[in-house]
Amino acid sequence: MIKAVPKPLEEVLDLVKDFTKVLIAGCDGCVTVCEAGGLKEAKVLASALRLYFTQAGRQAQIDEISLTRQCEKEYLAQLSDKMDAYDAVVSLACGCGVQYMAEMYNNKIIYPGVDTCFLGVNEERGLYSERCQACGRCILAETGGICPIARCSKRMLNGPCGGSDAGRCEINKDIPCGWELIYERLKTLGQLDRFEKPVDPKDWTTSRDGGPRKIVREDLRI
Amino acid sequence: MRLQYPPSVRIIEVPCTGKVDVMHLLMAFEYGADGVIVVGCMEGECHYSVGNLYAKKRVNRVKEILDKVGVGGERLAMYNLSSGMGGRFAEIIREITEKVMELGPSPIRVATGKATRPIAEVTT
Repeated sequence: MIKAVPKPLEEVLDLVKDFTKVLIAGCDGCVTVCEAGGLKEAKVLASALRLYFTQAGRQAQIDEISLTRQCEKEYLAQLSDKMDAYDAVVSLACGCGVQYMAEMYNNKIIYPGVDTCFLGVNEERGLYSERCQACGRCILAETGGICPIARCSKRMLNGPCGGSDAGRCEINKDIPCGWELIYERLKTLGQLDRFEKPVDPKDWTTSRDGGPRKIVREDLRI
Repeated sequence: MRLQYPPSVRIIEVPCTGKVDVMHLLMAFEYGADGVIVVGCMEGECHYSVGNLYAKKRVNRVKEILDKVGVGGERLAMYNLSSGMGGRFAEIIREITEKVMELGPSPIRVATGKATRPIAEVTT
């Protein structure tokens, strides 16, 4: 899932300090799971903003809401009758949600309330780590289910490199060497012979090479 | 043991301080509380293992928020006491009441025009 972290409160305060009617819009999707932008976080941020405006002696209307997903028009449409009541919206969705809301409500100021980080897993509560870079052509079948694009700092296809030291990456000793992980996993699976055949250069045309990407599924479209 | 402590405090009982959420604390200040303390069990003696440690983290988070929004994190504190420390509890209430009296009414109460009377008489 997409992982995000809440923006520092002072940054959000700076964005909204000149408004008097602000809606905090959470998203019940990915950002709820990583506790960065769900209903709970929307309530906390709204409460903090109310305290800020009240102590400054200013009348302000700060409300919170959370949508099922902000990356879908149907859910964003639930705000259509509410938008006029606010000067600005702080969206706690990932970058996709913020942009889609801005697209849909063209004349409304939409600010991001979280910093979107990566596609990752929940190792434990409060500990998330990257697993996928959405390159558009999955090679996990060849690499023992461990992605060299996301897990190797150099995105090498024929690793490990000379910087691998006792299973750790030279970039940071806290980062395991992706290729060491691949080697160990393939050894467990009895598939070490895969190392005997070099992997061809990756086709990056499905990645960011051609600019913003689009999926068209004619079998699904109505 | 009939210990005296200032009548200005309102005690809200929870099964464990692990139940105390960030929103509970923020709402107390939104409703105009001049100060809030969370009193949990001694660290390492939580019946639910780590409830008081969760509470400590939440209290610290809310203190940061209060500092940033201009209410002041010093208005919130956490203490760890056992059920046999009634005397110390009364003492803490007296201390915290004095401290809040020094800080004055919460800026939220001042801004909403509710801070017209003294917060409390400190009983010693």
